Amino acid sequence: MRSTASPPVLKRPASHYVGAASFFMLLFGLLAALYVATMQVDYVWRWNRIPQYFAYKQTIETRAEADGEVAALAPHGERRLLTLRSEEGEQTLDVPAEGLRVAVGDSVYAGDILAVEAHWRVGLLMQGLWLTIQVSVIATVLGVVIGLFAGIARVSKNPLFRWSALTYVEFIRGSPLLVQIFIWYFVLGTLFNSILAKQGFQQIPPLWYGVAAMATFAGAYVAEIVRAGIQSIHRGQNEAARSLGMSYPQAMIHVILPQAIRRILPPLAGEFISLIKDSSLLGIIAIRELTKATREIVTVSLQAFEMWFICALLYLILTFSLSMCVKYLERKIVV
Amino acid sequence: MIEVTHLTKTFWLPHRVDALADVSLSIAAGEVVVVIGPSGSGKSTLLRCLNRLETADAGHVFIDGIDVLDPKTDINRVRAEVGMVFQSFNLFPHKTVLDNITLAQRVVRRRSRAEAQQKAEALLVKVGIREKAGAYPDQLSGGQQQRVAIARALAMDPKVMLFDEPTSALDPEMIGEVLEVMKTLAREGMTMVCVTHEMGFAREVADRVVFMDAGAIVETMDAGAIVETGTPEHFFVNPEHERTKLFLSQILK
Ligand SMILES: Nc1ncnc2c1ncn2[C@@H]1O[C@H](COP(=O)(O)OP(=O)(O)OP(=O)(O)O)[C@@H](O)[C@H]1O
Ligand SMILES: [Mg+2]
Repeated sequence: MRSTASPPVLKRPASHYVGAASFFMLLFGLLAALYVATMQVDYVWRWNRIPQYFAYKQTIETRAEADGEVAALAPHGERRLLTLRSEEGEQTLDVPAEGLRVAVGDSVYAGDILAVEAHWRVGLLMQGLWLTIQVSVIATVLGVVIGLFAGIARVSKNPLFRWSALTYVEFIRGSPLLVQIFIWYFVLGTLFNSILAKQGFQQIPPLWYGVAAMATFAGAYVAEIVRAGIQSIHRGQNEAARSLGMSYPQAMIHVILPQAIRRILPPLAGEFISLIKDSSLLGIIAIRELTKATREIVTVSLQAFEMWFICALLYLILTFSLSMCVKYLERKIVV
Repeated sequence: MIEVTHLTKTFWLPHRVDALADVSLSIAAGEVVVVIGPSGSGKSTLLRCLNRLETADAGHVFIDGIDVLDPKTDINRVRAEVGMVFQSFNLFPHKTVLDNITLAQRVVRRRSRAEAQQKAEALLVKVGIREKAGAYPDQLSGGQQQRVAIARALAMDPKVMLFDEPTSALDPEMIGEVLEVMKTLAREGMTMVCVTHEMGFAREVADRVVFMDAGAIVETMDAGAIVETGTPEHFFVNPEHERTKLFLSQILK
């Protein structure tokens, strides 16, 4: 029963407020200490330089290529078609209506600005973030598919499936992701690409080897989560289904997996949060995801302190929104 | 209907247990056999070997002429003909009562949704809980859950029903309602093998009572040998074997 009255006001002990105050003092203390420390090394904080790496306005100037005269300005939707007549002949340029610097009849010299327009461009940081999201999503989807099959194979009675899955899971979980990325890129990647080149096919870009490494890595952990989820369903459920004449796959699909999903979901979310964070390793094989993009920006802007904090914050936003989504899903699935 | 010959089953883990040691039993169509015996005597194992939930090491099980233990036998087809009711109900908690009863009809018997629902509703009337069709198992009492489990098994139109202590997980006041359903079934001519210590049930509808101990059938008694002694729920049986006597004296206070 949900009561409509407002909840009773909780009376908290004084120690709660002391603790809360201490927390904020500690937080601000640390920030202040950081600030003072950066002053010591003459670091200049320039937060105003950061937004341009998310998005920036790029100005494009249209210039005359030869001396001549503006012969005509024909409307063309929102824009204008500018006809420039010179000794070399006529030239038509597509220019914006706003930002037009000349009128019909004006004579211009080579190099004169005819029109300016500004476009919003996606900054490097945003490109990196987007790539991180893409890689994580694709690797997650593939990882779930691999993990589902491998997890089911792990509890199979057939040694072919069980041992294959076990070998896969142990191999992946027993070696560092960084090494696996290297194996995918330098070993398998070199092999595949050489064979493809011999057959006259196009090369597969590093991005896909990176995604494959992430997906197979996540798949092994997902497999263990799926296995644990299946095994957490009481044996009696399988026996009841089988005693009714259902085959093993039918019992899995209709009885075991629907129940296992609910128990699988929370650890699965944890796995995908790790996956997002681990994708930062892909920078080493020239994939310009968030961390690599941040590094590149730091090299040119020299605003290392701001950039690394921003980078961490962006990861935090990704992981936090994912865990919120999963919490929501979990509540939806509860029967 | 059921032919069991020299059935043997040994569990090796965690330690050696001869759960079934050369069990032979023959049950005719329409017969109701009650299996009794102390804990660990192999009653559940015997029942579970009948539909191959447990694979016997040696011996034969024939159900309606089909060799159950033959690896070439399509076991799922046999199981569809052999309903089983468990001590712990084992209803599917993520499905409603109606869906519990229609699921196997649809995926195993390939019946249409409408046909399966019609069958389910008729069976819910039969077990006396028509109004609970939309409820989830955890919203039902133990007795109601067990009756749904019986309906779920009956929905497959089985030729044989196996009951493994169907009432021993129930509160005493709910035992009667489940036994009533089982009695109705027995009177309708269903072939039944029931592991139960409900002697009233045995006396009323069973043809034979089989006593098992240490993986073997020690004695088979005529259900007519069970005599009600004045007060209800008190029975007297006079078996030949000492072990049977000892066991019965413990369960028939
Ligand atoms: N899966 C198993 N693995 C190992 N031992 C088992 C297994 N199943 C049963 N047993 C053993 O086999 C013996 C017979 O068990 P079974 O369950 O058939 O007895 P039961 O007569 O049904 O007993 P209860 O009245 O307690 O249900 C017991 O000693 C039991 O411990
Ligand atoms: Mg038992």
